[in-house]
Amino acid sequence: MYYLKLVGQFYQDMRRQKLRTFLTMFGICWGTIAVVLLLAFGVGLEARSRQSMHGMGTNVVILWGSKTTMPFEGMGIGRQIRFRQEDAEYLERKIPQMALISAEYSKWNVKIIYKKNARSITLKGVQPSFGELRNIIPEQGGRFLNDLDMQHSRRTIFLGNKLRDALFGEGSNPAGRVVMLGGVPYTVVGVLQKKTQNSNYSGSDENMALIPASTFRGSYGHRYADNLVYRAVDPDLSELVNKDVYRELGRRFKFDPADKEALSLWDTTEGDRFIKYFFMGFKAFLAIAGVFTLLVGGIGVANIMYVVVRERRREVGIKMALGATGKTILMQFMVETFLIVALGAGVGFGFSAAVVQVFKLPIMSNVIIYVGTPTISPAVALGTMLVLGIVGFSAGYAPARRAARMDPVRALEF
Amino acid sequence: MIELEKVSKVYRMGTVPVVALDGVSVEIAAGEFVSVLGPSGSGKSTLMHLIGCLDTPSGGTYRLDGRRVEGLKRNDLAEIRNRKIGFVFQNFNLLGYATALENVELPMVYKKMRGRERKSKALELLGLVGLGDRAVHRPSELSGGQRQRVALARALANDPEIILADEPTGNLDSQSGREIVQLFRKLHQAGKTVIVVTHDKTIAAETRRVLNLFDGKLVSDSPNH
Ligand SMILES: Nc1ncnc2c1ncn2[C@@H]1O[C@H](COP(=O)(O)OP(=O)(O)OP(=O)(O)O)[C@@H](O)[C@H]1O
Ligand SMILES: [Mg+2]
Repeated sequence: MYYLKLVGQFYQDMRRQKLRTFLTMFGICWGTIAVVLLLAFGVGLEARSRQSMHGMGTNVVILWGSKTTMPFEGMGIGRQIRFRQEDAEYLERKIPQMALISAEYSKWNVKIIYKKNARSITLKGVQPSFGELRNIIPEQGGRFLNDLDMQHSRRTIFLGNKLRDALFGEGSNPAGRVVMLGGVPYTVVGVLQKKTQNSNYSGSDENMALIPASTFRGSYGHRYADNLVYRAVDPDLSELVNKDVYRELGRRFKFDPADKEALSLWDTTEGDRFIKYFFMGFKAFLAIAGVFTLLVGGIGVANIMYVVVRERRREVGIKMALGATGKTILMQFMVETFLIVALGAGVGFGFSAAVVQVFKLPIMSNVIIYVGTPTISPAVALGTMLVLGIVGFSAGYAPARRAARMDPVRALEF
Repeated sequence: MIELEKVSKVYRMGTVPVVALDGVSVEIAAGEFVSVLGPSGSGKSTLMHLIGCLDTPSGGTYRLDGRRVEGLKRNDLAEIRNRKIGFVFQNFNLLGYATALENVELPMVYKKMRGRERKSKALELLGLVGLGDRAVHRPSELSGGQRQRVALARALANDPEIILADEPTGNLDSQSGREIVQLFRKLHQAGKTVIVVTHDKTIAAETRRVLNLFDGKLVSDSPNH
């Protein structure tokens, strides 16, 4: 009852000071929204950036053969390095920290026909590991190329989603249908699930067709792969694995491992590291901006609490005359401060949650492609509450202590 | 037992010292009924504040039940006020947002008494001052006399030995004032120490002992009847 009563008096005080109370709560509310939403968007944007970066594959390295530029063991410069299937297998065997590898063969301007629809596409021959390496996830009702396709050089084909749309109609499931490639029939096994891809090295995956590397070699007579794709067991080991690749291929192709030009290499983990540190800084900036807004709100709360304490000197005096200790008085004003903060913060959290929900609506799907899905992570929520607690405590303590230390006789004079 | 020995109180107004009490020595035994008279500014309220442990003397010694008060900490003073003293003020000093019942409960809240016990005691006290049917009224819904009776019930909450009243009838009509004085007399008969500051000679006449203050000094201390 006593604490309920306390709230009652508090409510009356707040009513008497409508505008000031509103502004104070608004300060806290705004600060909360600032912290929560800024960080929610930060988290969403980071996830989005990672996701689109990983559209091409998570922590993969793309490796091309190039021309030697340093003489080595009696061999001249300008030799072209070309990879065969065996080279991929050799590297996988020799480098234990290499998790996955796939050779990738390409042919441009291949005509693909289904009934009356024809398209000119980039056709690729890949190993089954390519799917996992390059984040190629099949739509429901389909599958990616598998080991049996590879072993038996089956004429199976996996289609990019845009290519499927063009050949079979949007959203249809062509698994089991037969398309023609240069007069040869291929059975569709699956379609790429739509993904965001902000980088590529030979066109976007949505417009391609993939067949088993073995089938590709057999059909087109390519002896050499265009490139290799691989991933280290851990992104932090990527650089080490790259060094091993230079060493092993140097030995195999007889080039100097120090000859950087002999191979051409794109390590996407560098982008990930960049994103990681960039967003670390970015989120710190957002958090600091939000926290400062909250601190300003806290100053407002401290200000109104000083007013409340001054206006209730008499009440403090009466309570002291009846035996209230300084601690009781202190607690009373602290509770009231936390109440203001909690109310403002509650509204702020509610508003932030609502905004985040709005971004989940279907009409926002186009926006989400660019800014990502804002997410109130538990860490953000907890951190904000911690800051709010500190702000509430700092804002309430000084005025509450002033009340607690009042001289009862002086307080009663008002 | 209240023992004041050469007690003085000096306020500082900027650099100018104001002597509110000047070497007052007086003993008031348990169960006495005392009135304090004197012109405005003579130090009556200051004396009450000191006796009631709302304030401490600048000089001299004050013993309450044999215990010296000067050196006590704020929390100890608060506890003495809570357990041993009941204040009644001229302007009632009720909490406006609380009901009569809640006002009476307040000292018991600070004594950490349990809710149900607190409530029944508060109702009993309101009955004692004749306001059993006004428990859930707020002060603004009560007359002056009724408010002062609520204040008196509140002063009695923790069964204090001493009731200190500073011009308790100053804001009341004569009828309400008489009712309050009757209650004081009843309390005195029940064994409480009652000390009343007043300008009203008829109230002073009810008491058994009259202290006269002038300019911060105790100028007379005489038994009544
Ligand atoms: N907080 C204070 N600061 C400075 N001077 C004070 C303070 N409180 C009281 N005084 C002074 O002390 C003297 C005694 O005041 P006190 O209130 O005890 O008088 P009183 O007898 O109760 O008068 P009244 O009948 O008007 O209530 C007065 O001169 C007053 O101005
Ligand atoms: Mg006075």
